[in-house]
Amino acid sequence: MEPKTAHKAPESGQQERKVVISIRDLTKSFGENHVLRGFNLTLHEGENLVVMGKSGSGKSVMIKCLVGLMEPDTGTVEVLGQDIATLEQADLDQLRSDIGFLFQGSALYDSMTVRENLEFPMRRHREKLGNVKDTLPLVMEALENVGLAHTMDLMPAELSGGMKRRVALARTLILKPKLILYDEPTSGLDPITSKEIIELMREIQHKYGTSSLIITHDVDCARVISERILLLVDGVNYAEGSYRELSGSQDPKIEAFFKK
Amino acid sequence: MNQTRSIPDQIREFLAETGRLAAFAGRFFRELFRAPYEFREFVRQCYQMGNRSLVLVLVTGFIIGLVLTLQTRPTLIEFGAESWMPDMVGISIVREIGPVIIALICAGRIASGIGAELGSMRVTEQIDAMEVSGTNPFNYLVVTRIMATTLMLPLLVIFGDFIALGGSALVENLKGGMSFTLYFNKVIEALSYGDFIPATVKSFFFGFVIGLVGCYKGYNCQKGTAGVGKAANTAVVTASLLVFFVDFMAVFIADIFYDL
Repeated sequence: MEPKTAHKAPESGQQERKVVISIRDLTKSFGENHVLRGFNLTLHEGENLVVMGKSGSGKSVMIKCLVGLMEPDTGTVEVLGQDIATLEQADLDQLRSDIGFLFQGSALYDSMTVRENLEFPMRRHREKLGNVKDTLPLVMEALENVGLAHTMDLMPAELSGGMKRRVALARTLILKPKLILYDEPTSGLDPITSKEIIELMREIQHKYGTSSLIITHDVDCARVISERILLLVDGVNYAEGSYRELSGSQDPKIEAFFKK
Repeated sequence: MNQTRSIPDQIREFLAETGRLAAFAGRFFRELFRAPYEFREFVRQCYQMGNRSLVLVLVTGFIIGLVLTLQTRPTLIEFGAESWMPDMVGISIVREIGPVIIALICAGRIASGIGAELGSMRVTEQIDAMEVSGTNPFNYLVVTRIMATTLMLPLLVIFGDFIALGGSALVENLKGGMSFTLYFNKVIEALSYGDFIPATVKSFFFGFVIGLVGCYKGYNCQKGTAGVGKAANTAVVTASLLVFFVDFMAVFIADIFYDL
């Protein structure tokens, strides 16, 4: 059966907001495995959009195409008004400084201290931060935002899973991004730590006014944080709407996502 | 499942892998002259590779000198050529045994270390995180490591040669009563630039291939933690084979210039 769009989100209210991510007809295959088969997405300024899908449905591939870590086979990806495929490396690096990316496993550099982890992205983007000589106040501010100022001199191996996720979040904030991409932000965490991370994501969104694209299969995360949810099934958009709209759907494929 | 590949397939895969390694080396040379230069990381890698290999090279070098002298001594005594011992040991260690054995020891220690380190950084998305932060991970991780191995290996070889000659001198002193001063004077008399220069030059190439292979295998590591083990393992095997290949080429070329 060909996947279809079961629900469409109301477009009213979104139209005046600036588009920060636009994905059109994205396809990506690995040999015979067609992961994305014409995926579309639009994220507006200041919006929290959650993309849900089963494991292997192409969520992580899509988010990697967004930041140029993978090249799509066909389709266009525009981030903050720039087409990723046409950018030179230097321009892509510049654009990336406006994008925060929280990796599923935190991806902290394990040979560096927490402070060095946070200073690392600043190496190439000092001018964006006003050519600051002393990076310590910026590191402290980012760590205070996630409640971990005391961990500055620790190594990642000395942190718990939840602390690693918080430090990774602080690292995404250090360059003051306009857009944050979250790849499974609560995976592998216990329910209490998951709630803390979700709360932190909301605080950051309010404080910095960033737009957020969250990839998750955590229904609680989607319920709390999403303004809009997009369901990805078999590499295409299957349904789109608010949490309330989708969780009340009678469609078996949609129900399967929200069943507790 | 039968996973045996046909000989043409294996040849094709070997040639493809050789091509990829050559392309990786080409990228290294392009990035080498491209700013920013990661000097601090380069110094750190020199310390890691040089200082931490010192004890290993010391022990290995000492044993090589000791064993070579002990094994050769009876034969030289039989022909009444005992006084030629420093000449023979000096030339064989400086020209061939020292560089090759120490390069193989370093291929085991350094290439596997780099392969495992970069491999684990790849599978835990740390390299992706560097790329997303707008930092060039190739410049930071690969260029610094290859440069460090290229510069440190000749120093380790010179150090190892000296220790090996020390081991040999000790045996001669204990068994034949030859003084250390006389032993080293005879070694210096026996050696010419044609012995020392080609051996030192080829040590740079040994260092280069060890760093190159370790980085290539680790940087392109795939398939999770199993891939990290495979990267470390194949890095040692490939680097060791390339050391012999470089040695063959070096002797071949040195023969043209120095008429060995």
